[in-house]
Amino acid sequence: MSVLTASHEEAAAKPSHLAIPAGLRAAAPVILLLVLGFLAPLVTVAAYAFATPKSFDVFRSFTLANFAAIVEPSNTVWTSFVWSLSYALATTILLAIIAYPIAYGLNRMFGKWAGLVSVLFVFPLFVSENVRLYGWVLFFIKNGVLDGGLKWLGLAGGPEVLYTPGAILFGMLYVYLPFMLFPMTLGLAMIPKDLVDAARDLGAGRLMIWREIELPLAMPGILIGMLLTFVLGAGAIAESKILGGQSVITIAQDIEIAFTYAQNWPLGSALALLLVVIVSGLALFILSRLDLDRILGRR
Amino acid sequence: MSVAMISPPLSEAETDAGAATLAKAVPVLQLVDVRKTFGDFAAVDGIDVDIREGEFVTIVGPSGSGKTTLLRMLAGMEAPSSGYITLRGELINDVPADKRPTCLVFQSLALFPHKTVGENIEFPLKVRKMPAAERKRRALDFMRMVRLPEHYYAKNVMRCSGGEKQRVALARAFAYDPDVLFFDEPLSALDYKLKKVLEKELKDLHRESGKTFVYITHSLEEAMVMSDRVGVMSRGRLVQIGTPEDIYTRPATRFVAEFFGEVNSFPVKRMPDGGWTLAEGGPIIVAPVDTAMGDTATVIVRPETMRFVTGPSRADNLISGKIYNEYSLGSRMQYQVHAGERIYLVEVARAAASGLVAGDAVTIGWDARDAILVGD
Repeated sequence: MSVLTASHEEAAAKPSHLAIPAGLRAAAPVILLLVLGFLAPLVTVAAYAFATPKSFDVFRSFTLANFAAIVEPSNTVWTSFVWSLSYALATTILLAIIAYPIAYGLNRMFGKWAGLVSVLFVFPLFVSENVRLYGWVLFFIKNGVLDGGLKWLGLAGGPEVLYTPGAILFGMLYVYLPFMLFPMTLGLAMIPKDLVDAARDLGAGRLMIWREIELPLAMPGILIGMLLTFVLGAGAIAESKILGGQSVITIAQDIEIAFTYAQNWPLGSALALLLVVIVSGLALFILSRLDLDRILGRR
Repeated sequence: MSVAMISPPLSEAETDAGAATLAKAVPVLQLVDVRKTFGDFAAVDGIDVDIREGEFVTIVGPSGSGKTTLLRMLAGMEAPSSGYITLRGELINDVPADKRPTCLVFQSLALFPHKTVGENIEFPLKVRKMPAAERKRRALDFMRMVRLPEHYYAKNVMRCSGGEKQRVALARAFAYDPDVLFFDEPLSALDYKLKKVLEKELKDLHRESGKTFVYITHSLEEAMVMSDRVGVMSRGRLVQIGTPEDIYTRPATRFVAEFFGEVNSFPVKRMPDGGWTLAEGGPIIVAPVDTAMGDTATVIVRPETMRFVTGPSRADNLISGKIYNEYSLGSRMQYQVHAGERIYLVEVARAAASGLVAGDAVTIGWDARDAILVGD
């Protein structure tokens, strides 16, 4: 019976399906999921950005008023953009400097297992970011772990670093370290030891080997790590809220305020769209500079 | 075209020939009781050898014989546990690779994948801070020397074929202008035909450059084609070193003889009168040897020195048997002959074997001078 039905269906379906290649048909569920789950929200946000301010007239109105409000001289939201992008940039640069020696050491110590060992650095991600950041609050807070501990030892007590811009940077470095370290370790692991030996055999010193061989070959991993860190850092919000105590407002927080407290979805959408454009613009620029094929010798 | 390219270096080599003979008296590289141990295991277990100026020496051995460890010590990537390595009379045991006037061509070639052919070759020149224009001129010279076309200068090195990569690695090593070049079987990954071509080219290049080459490989065939001297390594020791001719005709041990390929080997015992007898009985006449032997030894007879004995022709040693199977080797034929418990391999020119098929009763023979007595 079922065989009969199937063959009937097949016969009926054949003419209409002829035009669609089998690959596309097989990919259809995934495409549908991506369109509904990924593209649709983005399109909705983009559409809201052009809707009448403080309304829910999405898809029915078109105005640039939201963007006009953002660029208006009296609006200071641009400082949030500057804060967010500056923090993201500072985090990326500092983490690149911090993670490189760690990644290098991991590769020297563990060889081909370095990638696996650096996964251990990802384990903290299994605990919610907020929980981990509140842990740092308890550590830094007055009479907390650091301050209280020092006082107990009869010392003057810890410095008051909590709720300062520096604490935010510290939080970001802490949270995003795995995202820099993991790709960087993999990138460094891709350098065959023979190449370093050969360069040394040809008379090159440490610095020369690093500049001419190790750094260029590790570049794909380094750039991917920097890209990940920057994109995530630009959207950071918890660090400034929890460790910064609102001493600095990031753009993600402005967006959140617009969507929740202010109930101005079009403004929030416009800010979000602007952030997406800026970050993806930078990302695409870096990716266009990063010629993986050439580095890996496929071209 | 190719003749014009080759001839200038050749004439250079000729003028250098006189100087080279003079320099030959002093070894460029000298190893005295060199050892390398990893825990209890001795990878290299006491090697003594002098390598002369301009020589092409190949160290052959099966994998695990310690030849790679030996080469890494010579190149400065590994320090010997004990013993002395001297280069032109200077102790270099602890001189790191970048401070040694030697260069290793890796088995993997170790070309820099992010650099072009030209940049690869120029690397050692860049290390010496040579100006870019001068570097390029020199790189092109080296490319000509290893027969790489000029337009390859800007080519991505990973886009080159196996043989071309080989040439790039060689040119890069020459650009370093080392006193001694080391090779860690760089030809092993290539197909047979290309390997044959490059072996000969390497030997030509050795002649043209007048440099000292130390090559390691597990292929004795490769060693025979290229080298002035061949050393055979086994379990961290140098079992024998000599000209390819020496190694072939006068193997020092059974290991060396068998390393060359198929041989007939018979365990033998000494008789009271000083002669030898097969372990299972029956006299065997062997060439006299001047080295001391124990009461038991092994006689090696190469298949190609055995022959079928018919009619009035004679041989010092004769054995009757039956042909079990035959194998064609192209210009030659090889026969497996069963005689009693023993299996013999006999290799003769195709013409000398006409009409012999499996099942035929034959008499095989060999002369005393072809029966090589080796210690166990």
